[in-house]
Amino acid sequence: MAPLYLDANATEPLRPEARVAVLAALDLGGNPSSVHAAGRAARRLLEECRERLAARFGARPQEVVFTAGGTEANALAVRGLGRGRRVLLGATEHAAVRAAAREAETLPVLADGTADLAALAARLAAGPPALVCLMAANNETGVLHPLAEIAALCRRHGALLHVDAVQAAGRVPLGLAASGADTLALSGHKLGGPPGAGALLLRPGLDLPALIPGGGQERGRRGGTEPLPAIAGLAAAAEAAEPAAAGRLARLRDRIEAGLGPGARVAGAGAPRLPNTTCVVLPGVAAETQVIALDLAGIRVSAGAACSSGKVARSHVLEAMGLGPDAACGIRLSLPWNAPEEAPERFLAAWAEMRRRLSRAAA
Amino acid sequence: MSGGVDSSVVAGLLKAEGHEVVGATLQLYDHGAATGRRGTCCAGQDIHDARRVADALGIPHYVLDREARFRSAVIEEFADAYARGETPIPCVRCNQTVKFADLTALARDLGCEALATGHYARRAEGPEGPELRRAADPVRDQSYFLFATTRDQLALCRFPLGGFPDKAAVRAEAARLGLPVAGKPDSQDICFVPQGRYHEVVARLRPEAAEPGEIVDREGRVLGRHQGLARYTVGQGKGLGLPRREGEAPLYVAALDAPRRRVVVGPREALPQAEIAVGEVNWLVPPPAAPLRCQVKLRAREAPRAAVVTWDGARARVTPEEPAIAAPGQAAVFYDGDRVLGGGFIRRG
Repeated sequence: MAPLYLDANATEPLRPEARVAVLAALDLGGNPSSVHAAGRAARRLLEECRERLAARFGARPQEVVFTAGGTEANALAVRGLGRGRRVLLGATEHAAVRAAAREAETLPVLADGTADLAALAARLAAGPPALVCLMAANNETGVLHPLAEIAALCRRHGALLHVDAVQAAGRVPLGLAASGADTLALSGHKLGGPPGAGALLLRPGLDLPALIPGGGQERGRRGGTEPLPAIAGLAAAAEAAEPAAAGRLARLRDRIEAGLGPGARVAGAGAPRLPNTTCVVLPGVAAETQVIALDLAGIRVSAGAACSSGKVARSHVLEAMGLGPDAACGIRLSLPWNAPEEAPERFLAAWAEMRRRLSRAAA
Repeated sequence: MSGGVDSSVVAGLLKAEGHEVVGATLQLYDHGAATGRRGTCCAGQDIHDARRVADALGIPHYVLDREARFRSAVIEEFADAYARGETPIPCVRCNQTVKFADLTALARDLGCEALATGHYARRAEGPEGPELRRAADPVRDQSYFLFATTRDQLALCRFPLGGFPDKAAVRAEAARLGLPVAGKPDSQDICFVPQGRYHEVVARLRPEAAEPGEIVDREGRVLGRHQGLARYTVGQGKGLGLPRREGEAPLYVAALDAPRRRVVVGPREALPQAEIAVGEVNWLVPPPAAPLRCQVKLRAREAPRAAVVTWDGARARVTPEEPAIAAPGQAAVFYDGDRVLGGGFIRRG
């Protein structure tokens, strides 16, 4: 039987629309900075992609900065906006954001994984102007922070707000203007585009120093020849990723969660969440064991944040949610846009078999 | 799969025999930090080598994060032992905890039928269950380091290299299997200690084991100063830094007195013990009710010697035929010819 891929939050399968766009851009060739006709053609495609992405996420084209990916988009915002400001970081932020902040205060989350708004208000009131970094959706649990309330608090206290929207984009309704964020980071391959392109969307009028100055591309905000095929794939994927289609994924996810059996629970179950993501905690069983057992059964899931060595690290997200020792026992299932209808039944069959074997081994 | 030749050959042999093989590599310590190189990944080259071998063989491969477990069960225990005035064997502790206890549990959780490693030892099916035996190659034999493997763990274990005549044959097999690590040099003694400077590791974790103190003779007369207990082991004659005394016998470390932070020295003939206490005993045969005549190996690099082992239900007492030097913390492993009967850790007399 073909493997069942349930790790969309690591990378979404390439969407056919993105594939077509990537191939067309590869065939087009040309450097958008060249003055000749080939360069102008490449420039035309680049700017068209910029306009489409801006329209899709409620930004102005001149405030879309293409980067090499979500990590770079996050780093560009945190480094740029964090200069001379204290940085307040959500406890469940991704390493892309955490590692970009040189010094930061941690904002706690509630037991359901959502931001502790009272703590945020107190921190904002307690000191000089801040940069607040809170993700739209968590990569491990899918939990959504209440962005509108967070943005209102930030506005009231003169704080800037950077939102890592890498996991939320394309899966829930999201727009820069509507969110009230100052910057929004996106990643192409989490939308179903190819890896190699991301974007940072800026509030109108906001400017940022470049991390990579290079040849002054992207209005001096990001040097280096734009990876046009990856950008074309990003724009096409962003248009194809339709949050309305997420209802189907939410139904599949709910069937998985309903069939987990006694003893297992879902992290952040009570909070608003991404439709495609569920973080299943099986107390007493290391996430590593679960991931390996399921992989050997042809089911691709993940746990915690994978280091480049491949080891499964302990989940700082589940720790921040107060799970204690169970923080080492959660696996993430994230349904891709093309998840088959029988995904829940196939997962649950492998899951039940794994649990039977574990209880035999424990006996 | 450590990324070395031995475990790579094991994986290749089992795959060639038609088994469904799953590769596992233990991430035990932050390689960048241990070697003092900033900015390197937590994983060393060995993990990448293991992955390349698994890819070449077409088997699934997983890196298991055992840093926390290894730190408490092996590295800190290593430093603690020095602070107690003992000479630890970290490889035995690692085998006893991270490797055989944890990996056999994982293997069972995954529904595996066996756990194969690249150790040089043999496992034989005997009338009373699996037996642990010395490897065919006496130079490479690692049975001494495996004495703490329980009978339950041994039931699951396989050591496919135990029958190889020598390392050259293993390397030849690696080349025959086309493994990318066939020419890789052998690994060092203690994996987490860079360049053999183990006392620096100890000094960082247990500073008291690195504090200077007195060197005394058995009557308590002060003969000199030492540079930290961790630098000495019972039986050691070099590196004491004592003034050479004309016409007198050279001095050796007779004991390490941790509470008073003293190194006790004496002439060579004062060192051997008629009786050696052994704790944390693991029996691979039914525990003997009567004194057991067998051979006992008291350190990794020495031949087993004839002895009688008496078991009282909690501790073993080893009575060598001739008095022998025994360093607390090292292993005493009991053999009947090639077969490992059991073993334990040497205690202060």
